[in-house]
Amino acid sequence: MRAVLGGAAMVTVVISALILFVLFRGAIDFFRSIGWDFGILVDDSAAPGWFPRRERFDLLTIVLGSIVMGLLAMIVAVPLGLGTAVYLSEYAPPRVRRIVKPAVEVLAGIPSVIVGYFALKFIAPNIVDPIFSPDQPRNMLVAGMAIGVLVVPIMASICEDALRAVPMSLREASFGVGARKSTTTVRVVLPAAVSGIVAAFIIATSRAIGETMVAAMAGGRDGSGPRVLSPLEPGLTMTAAMTNAAGGTDQVKAGAPFQVLFFVGLLLFVLTMSLNMIADRVVRKYRQKY
Amino acid sequence: MIQVQAVQPERTAESSVVFSVRDLNVFYGEFRAVRDASFDINENEITAFIGPSGCGKTTVLRCLNRMNDFIESARVEGKVQYHGVDLYDPQINSNEVRRRIGMVFQKPNPFPKSIFENVAYGAKLSGRFSKTEINEVVENALRQAALWDEVKDRLKASALGLSGGQQQRLCIARCIAVKPDVILMDEPCSALDPIATARIEDLMQEIKKDFSIIIVTHNMQQAARVSDRTAFFTTEINPESDRRTGVLVEIDSTRKIFSMPSDERTELYVTGRFG
Ligand SMILES: Nc1ncnc2c1ncn2[C@@H]1O[C@H](COP(=O)(O)OP(=O)(O)OP(=O)(O)O)[C@@H](O)[C@H]1O
Ligand SMILES: [Mg+2]
Repeated sequence: MRAVLGGAAMVTVVISALILFVLFRGAIDFFRSIGWDFGILVDDSAAPGWFPRRERFDLLTIVLGSIVMGLLAMIVAVPLGLGTAVYLSEYAPPRVRRIVKPAVEVLAGIPSVIVGYFALKFIAPNIVDPIFSPDQPRNMLVAGMAIGVLVVPIMASICEDALRAVPMSLREASFGVGARKSTTTVRVVLPAAVSGIVAAFIIATSRAIGETMVAAMAGGRDGSGPRVLSPLEPGLTMTAAMTNAAGGTDQVKAGAPFQVLFFVGLLLFVLTMSLNMIADRVVRKYRQKY
Repeated sequence: MIQVQAVQPERTAESSVVFSVRDLNVFYGEFRAVRDASFDINENEITAFIGPSGCGKTTVLRCLNRMNDFIESARVEGKVQYHGVDLYDPQINSNEVRRRIGMVFQKPNPFPKSIFENVAYGAKLSGRFSKTEINEVVENALRQAALWDEVKDRLKASALGLSGGQQQRLCIARCIAVKPDVILMDEPCSALDPIATARIEDLMQEIKKDFSIIIVTHNMQQAARVSDRTAFFTTEINPESDRRTGVLVEIDSTRKIFSMPSDERTELYVTGRFG
């Protein structure tokens, strides 16, 4: 028994190492095969952009795409997720909680491709188009909002855990001097749970940046520059750029235009890994003794 | 929570009775935890609640400042009058009730904030004080709670760094900083050593001229030492189920309860032969 379980753990570790190895090897191949006449990080030509087939890899284009859509996602996910968490933990009567909580969990289980269609068939025509009338139906705002919807459950559930971990005795201390419920929530419960809330934010951000399907389906998949910050323009995230390369959308199956996938993947890995580690540190550093 | 318009409990000057409780019944769901308790609590006295575990001392105490509102299953029947005002009148602002009738809990529960912020918390809520006034309120409360000398040099330090006894005095300071009329204490010394306990007992004698105090205690000597009046609760087996319901056996002057109580059950309990 012990050997079997140990074996399972071993295989998991080996798989992780293998993934890292493949990423590194691909990234090294990429660096070997590109011509260095364009800047790797920042394309300084007149029309910078992400053109893998022409072997022009302006990283800034896709990093900006990820940042813009990630930010938009968090603008949606923070109020919805934190609001849901506060409601569930502080206000909802048990009867309502029994309905709302599973509903949030269902949302967490929806495959992202379906959320992608939700973005195209609902968010774009019913929310974004009427209000902002963008030139393209697929743009960073539509994708960002949908990614936000996608990470609401993780935001809500980590925040709720943090709020519930605040002992009842602290709330009672506040009520005991005449504080209202809302005051108690804002002045006592939220500050006491702040480390968990910050961790939730970082982990949700990491998820949002790593989200692929929705970004590819609804974000416009366009890295042809000029580099844009406007959410109403189509954009390309790091993840979507990777799917392009992997799926052969860029009509290449080898060489730098393909191998760039590993390089971007490695970057993404380092980025989300760092975010998760920071979240871990935050929780540890500010963990309250109560 | 629904905030009904704030009708505030007004005190009628001449009365020396703070609480007048009649036929109090408290239920947790279907379970009747307390049956038909009737008693009066006098102003500027210390009243002790004693009785075996599970007899409903905490439950009754929490009825007196509507702390039971926060327990989903709890239901209160009967009359609880505070200076002649029905505390369970739907027009009553329960937050104001709790501001006037403060509470100190069994386990010290300081906020994870600075010592100063802990004491200032309630006073700041009212919005009635300027910054300098708050400083004064905090200092006075800490002095009254006999904590000032120990913490005056580290008001900005976290309250969680204090010892258990200091934390409990801090909680008392936090409570008196909002100038309540009554202080309810639920076994405030059960987590403390004898020295810290003695300090809190001294403190209670010190502040009783300004407040009416009700203290729940399992420590018979403590009840005898500090209180003017004592209420003895016990449990009775329900005929319909095997759960025990709390009843108030008697309430009288502490001297009488400990020397010649009118009920045999009280005598058995205070002499240590029961419970
Ligand atoms: N939140 C609650 N939900 C359900 N039942 C409760 C709840 N709180 C208390 N009870 C029950 O009500 C009865 C009275 O409890 P209470 O805490 O008032 O007793 P107590 O006299 O304070 O006991 P102790 O001396 O152990 O503190 C007990 O049977 C207890 O199990
Ligand atoms: Mg109790």
